[in-house]
Amino acid sequence: MSRMARAWDSDLAYGFRRSPLAVLSLAVLLMLVAGAVLAPLVAPTDPFDPASLDLMNGFTPPLTENEFTGERFLLGTDDQGRDVFSAILFGMRISLMVGVLAVMLAMVIGVSLGLVAGFRGGLVDSVVMRAADVQLTFPAILVAMLIFGVAKGITPVEYRDQMAIWVLVLAIGFSDWVQFARVVRGATMVERDKDYVQAARLTGRGSLSIMLRHVLPNVLSPVLVIATISLALAIIAEATLSFLGVGAPPTQPSLGTLIRIGQDFLFSGEWWILAFPAATLLALALSVNLLGDWLRDTLNPRLK
Amino acid sequence: MSGRPLVRVESLSRRFDVSPPWLDRVIGRKPRRVLGAVVDVSFEIPQGGVYALVGESGSGKSTIAKMVVGLLPPSEGAVEIEGAGPAAARDRGAVQMIFQDPHSSLNPRWKVRDIIAEPARARGRDTDGLAERLLELVGLFAEDAGRHPHEFSGGQRQRISIARALASEPRLIVADEPTSALDVSVQAQVINLMSDLREAHGLTYLFISHDLTVVEHVADTIGVLYLGRLVEEAGSDELFADPRHPYTRMLLAAAPRIDGRREGAAPPPAGEIPDPADPPSGCVFHPRCPIAVERCRREVPRMRDVRGVRVACHLAE
Repeated sequence: MSRMARAWDSDLAYGFRRSPLAVLSLAVLLMLVAGAVLAPLVAPTDPFDPASLDLMNGFTPPLTENEFTGERFLLGTDDQGRDVFSAILFGMRISLMVGVLAVMLAMVIGVSLGLVAGFRGGLVDSVVMRAADVQLTFPAILVAMLIFGVAKGITPVEYRDQMAIWVLVLAIGFSDWVQFARVVRGATMVERDKDYVQAARLTGRGSLSIMLRHVLPNVLSPVLVIATISLALAIIAEATLSFLGVGAPPTQPSLGTLIRIGQDFLFSGEWWILAFPAATLLALALSVNLLGDWLRDTLNPRLK
Repeated sequence: MSGRPLVRVESLSRRFDVSPPWLDRVIGRKPRRVLGAVVDVSFEIPQGGVYALVGESGSGKSTIAKMVVGLLPPSEGAVEIEGAGPAAARDRGAVQMIFQDPHSSLNPRWKVRDIIAEPARARGRDTDGLAERLLELVGLFAEDAGRHPHEFSGGQRQRISIARALASEPRLIVADEPTSALDVSVQAQVINLMSDLREAHGLTYLFISHDLTVVEHVADTIGVLYLGRLVEEAGSDELFADPRHPYTRMLLAAAPRIDGRREGAAPPPAGEIPDPADPPSGCVFHPRCPIAVERCRREVPRMRDVRGVRVACHLAE
């Protein structure tokens, strides 16, 4: 209880309460995440159960009674008669899962490499940071598509749909580690020369132990900010890949896949199939991004 | 003050490469620059003794401290602690260090208990109640063990540093300007604490300072450094009563005295410390020396005994 009270009184919490934009972003984000996590309970229909689909429900506009079956759908249905609202909830699950896992992968790779590069210096540092520079010259989406293409080539056809999600995580994770590595390396180089690290050397601990137990906890706060902003970027990257048709398969549609499907019907007047998944993606990415921006401004001591 | 020396420093030198990046050297035709931070320094500290190294900033004091504890490898020469290298002494926990800045020498994320017990824990020793005992030994409270470093003042943090240094039951403690970041009123407390601990625990100190008045009452022997070279080494009383090297006289004249009296015909401090990457010829002190003669410009003075004191000056007698 006192821990809760202390958290409520902290500078971070105070700054949060004072920022309406941050509160609104968090509220929107929590709502979307709750919808995604609880999708099997909340969604009115299961969009992946072919038995529950009725082709006669196809192209029902939002909140309108279907002329054949008389059913109503909050956000309308697509060409297969799938409820768009349910598809969005389940699509967000895929988008969020891919985003979170990809950022975690990028974080593990980037933080480890940055920590070692900054702590060791010299040749190790040069090799890691030049690799990062080379990686940065390629657009992240290109790297992701390359990894995706190679992975698709080496997986057997029958596993391809199941593997697609994991390949997405790998592709986005591997294209996003550079920022983590750069920031952690810089912070590590600052911490490395502080006296408490020198004192730790005198305790007789090895380099690995000093890196993990002394330096790592002191370089993690900027990582939190980058992770938040990266999450927004990863969600968009996943949607982009899926929109291009190289991401989540139609059997497990993410928001990007839904947008790609909806795009086919935009000019024939069925706007809702595209508009609602796109708006959800926008809200998701924007709220995460605004939260990340707010976090960066708040945790940056130079702006205080 | 008897028996075999605990620490023996033999013609220790350390050079740093401060060259511009290689691209600048190639394009701008800038030469390599090598800086001699410590040049041919030798001294011994007897078991239970307090040896103070005094010098201006840039005189190589901290570099020597780091080489003695083994944080920095020497370019030439050797450090022996109890007859072995610094690495062996460190592995036994026989050597510890107290740092200058109490704000950066304690890990801000750790509790005081973990900070203090770490040197013992790293060697697999029993740490039950150790931090609490040591905290009381250095004049803090056992309850402080559960707090974080930012909850303490500079003087209290320095006490925590001292407690940490004691945790591995060391024989030698190297103190790198332990009081220079503290208020004058707190400085005396920390110095007194260190003196008390020396007697109670049979410690040997290597005490680094830029301030002669701080070491006057702590040190048995004082070594004066100038530009990485040891210029004079004498017992504390002798050094203050009868400084032989002109640089030592200059330092003593610059030190504030409580009676406001300036002794002897000490010249006022003049000039700046030269660039260690481009030291003067002969005696490195000659451009600032009030009594320099032609010989000082040509010939490097050797360390020699002058009436029981070691001095590196052609003119001392």
